[in-house]
Amino acid sequence: MIFQPTIIALLLAAGLGLAMLLAAAPFAVQIIRHWNIRSGSERQLQLERRTYLFSTLLSFVLAIQGIALLLFIFNADRLAGHFVGAMCAAGVLNVNAYGYPALIAQIASFFLTALWLVINHVDTRAPDYPLVRIKYALLLALVPLLAANFLLQLWYFLGLKADVITSCCGSLFSAGAQTLTGDLAALPPQPAMIGFYAALGAALLMATLHAATRRGGYLVALASAAAFVAAIAGIISFVSLYIYEHPHHHCPFCILKPEYDYQGYLLYIPLFAATAAGLAVGALQAFRRVPSLAEVVPRTAARLAGAAAVGYLIFAAVATAMILRSNLILIG
Amino acid sequence: MRIWIEQQRALIDFTLASLARRKAKNLGLLAVYTLLVFVLASVTLFSHALRHEATRVLADSPELILQRMVAGRHDLIPPGYLDKIGKIRGVQKMEGRLWGYYYDPVIKANYTFMAPTAGDVERGTIVIGSGLERIRGLTQETGISFRAYSGKLYSFIVADILPHDSELISADLVLMHADDFRDFFGFPAGHYTDITLSVANPQEVRNVAAKLAAALPDSRPILREEVLRTYASIFDWREGIVLAILSGAILAFAILAWDKAAGLSAEEKREIGILKAIGWETGDVIRMKLWEGVLISLTAFLLGYLAAYLHVFYAGGILFEPVLKGWSVLYPRFQLTPEIDGLAVVTLGFFTVIPYTAAVLVPIWRAATTDPDAAMRS
Repeated sequence: MIFQPTIIALLLAAGLGLAMLLAAAPFAVQIIRHWNIRSGSERQLQLERRTYLFSTLLSFVLAIQGIALLLFIFNADRLAGHFVGAMCAAGVLNVNAYGYPALIAQIASFFLTALWLVINHVDTRAPDYPLVRIKYALLLALVPLLAANFLLQLWYFLGLKADVITSCCGSLFSAGAQTLTGDLAALPPQPAMIGFYAALGAALLMATLHAATRRGGYLVALASAAAFVAAIAGIISFVSLYIYEHPHHHCPFCILKPEYDYQGYLLYIPLFAATAAGLAVGALQAFRRVPSLAEVVPRTAARLAGAAAVGYLIFAAVATAMILRSNLILIG
Repeated sequence: MRIWIEQQRALIDFTLASLARRKAKNLGLLAVYTLLVFVLASVTLFSHALRHEATRVLADSPELILQRMVAGRHDLIPPGYLDKIGKIRGVQKMEGRLWGYYYDPVIKANYTFMAPTAGDVERGTIVIGSGLERIRGLTQETGISFRAYSGKLYSFIVADILPHDSELISADLVLMHADDFRDFFGFPAGHYTDITLSVANPQEVRNVAAKLAAALPDSRPILREEVLRTYASIFDWREGIVLAILSGAILAFAILAWDKAAGLSAEEKREIGILKAIGWETGDVIRMKLWEGVLISLTAFLLGYLAAYLHVFYAGGILFEPVLKGWSVLYPRFQLTPEIDGLAVVTLGFFTVIPYTAAVLVPIWRAATTDPDAAMRS
C-alpha cells in the first residue's frame, strides 16, 4: 500500500463510520423489537432517548461520506504521479479492479445516508414517530453497504503499489508492462446530448410539477435517477470535451482540477444535491398514507422537489454555459 | 430559512456565553486541541513544501539518464557507447557526464566533484557551492588542496562561488575542468560516469528508454518522472510514518475530549436541567453542544494551523526537521516556499476534527437526555 496521509484519513473515516453503525446495530434491533410508543415503561423511555443519539450519529456519518467522496476523487487525482501512464484520477482508479467499485460504493453510501436522514426528518415531525421501525431496519441495511465501502477502499488502497525506482533497474521494466488508459468509453456526442437534455428536462419538469401539484412523487425519483445517469454520461461524452476544448479528452475527474478552475464542482455539487433530493421525494411517497404524516410528507416532498428542480436547473444552466463559452466545435 | 438562521445565531450566542463561563476547562481543552493541530499541521506543511521543492529542483534535470551496470553495480561508461547509441529519433542532445564523490576527512563529508559539460572552468581552478564555502571558510582566489585516492596531493584555486539560491542542489558541489577531473580520479580516457539525454516530447521518453535498453542491454535508463515519483513516494511515506506515530497522540486526544465532554460539572448539569425545564428540547441541547464543538474545533484548527505555518516557514520547522528532511554534514540551507495545499488541509481536518467529534457525540447525547428534574435536584 502507499503509505500516504490522505489514504490513512480516508480509511479512518470509512472505518469510523462503519464502527459507529456497528455499535448502533444492537440498539437498532432493540428498537425494532421493543418499540411501543404507547408504553410509558423505563425501556421505552430509554429507546426514545437513544433515537436522538442515532440521528445525530447518522448526520455525522453522512457529513463524513460527503467530504470523503470529494477527498477520494481528489486524492486519486493527486496519486496520478505515482503510476506509469496514469494522467489523472481516471487512470489511478483503474490501477486495480477495486478502484471504480470503491468509488461507486462511496457514491451509493452518500445517497442512501441522505435518504435515511430525510426519512428521519419527517419521522421526528410526527408526534407518534410512525416510521421508527422502518427507519431502524433501514439503518441495519446501511451496515453492509458501509462495510462494503470500507472493504473496497481497503482492498483498493492495499493493492496500490507505486512504480518507484528499484535497485536493479528503472521502474520501466518492472512495472512498465502495465499501461493504464485514461480514456473512458464514451457515447457519441449527438445522441448523448439529446439524452442529456431530455433526461434533465424530464427531471426538471417532474420535480416542478410535484412541487406545484404534489403528484407523481415516484416519477420524480425515477426521473432523478435517470437524469443522474444521463448527466454523468453527458459529462463524459461531451461536456468535458467542451471544457477541455479537446475532442478526445473525456475524463470526468480532470474538470475538478485547478487547471480547469475547479469548474467540475459547479457541475457536481448541484447535480448530487438535486439527485439526493429527487430520490428522497420518491422514498417519502411510501409514507404519505400514514395518518400522522399526512401533512408532513407532502409538504416536505414538495419542498425537496423544489430543491431538486433548482439543482437540475443550475446544473443544466452551468453545463450549457460551459458549452456555449467553449471554443470547441463538436457538432456543426 | 431566516428563522433557522436566527435560531442558530441565538444558539451560538448562548454557547459562547456558556463557554466563557467555564474558561479554565475549555481553555485547557482548546490548548491541547491546538497543540495537536499544530503538530500534525507542521508535519503536513513541511512535507508538502519539501515535495514542492524537489519537483522544482528536478524540473530542469535531463529527461533521461543512462547508467551502465556491471554485476548489478553502477559502472563507468566505456568509450564507444555514445557512438553505439547513435542517433535516436526524438533525442535533442546526448552527452557523457563526468562526476564522482570525494570524501574529505577534514570535515568528514562527501563532496560531489563534477566537470561541467559546457566547460567554462579553467584548469587548476574550481568553482564551489556555498555549503563548502561555509564549512571550509573558503573565499574567491584562495587555494585548497585535496588528496586524491591515488595518494597524490592536488591544489586548486577557487575561481568562483555558486549563487546561494541554488544551494539546495549545489551545497556540496565542486566544479572543475574535465582534464583535472580525469587526473584527480585517475579516470581512464574516453570513459564517462553516465550519459544524459534530453528528449523534447514527454510522450517519447519511454520509447527512447526502450530503444536504449534494446541497444545496450547492460545499461539502465532512469527517467526524470521516475525520480520525481520516487521522491514523492519517499516524502509521502515519511509523512505517513510520522502521522502513524502521532496516531497515539490523536487517540489520547480523543480520550481526553470524551472525558472532558462526559465529565459535566454539577453546575453544567443544573444548567441543562434548567434549559430543559424552561422548554428546550433534547434536540436543542444537542445542537447547542454541537455548536460548542464546532466553535472549539474551528478556533483550535485556525490557531494550530497558523502556529504550524509560522513554525515551518519562519522557524525552519525545527521540531521535525531531522525526520522529514534527512540529514548530512554538508546539508544545504534553504528557505521553503510557503504553500498551503487544500487536500492537506482537508486531510488534517479528518485527523483532528473527526476523531474529536466522534469522541464527544455520546457524552453530548448523554448530557442532553438527562432528566431536568434529576439534573436540578443533584
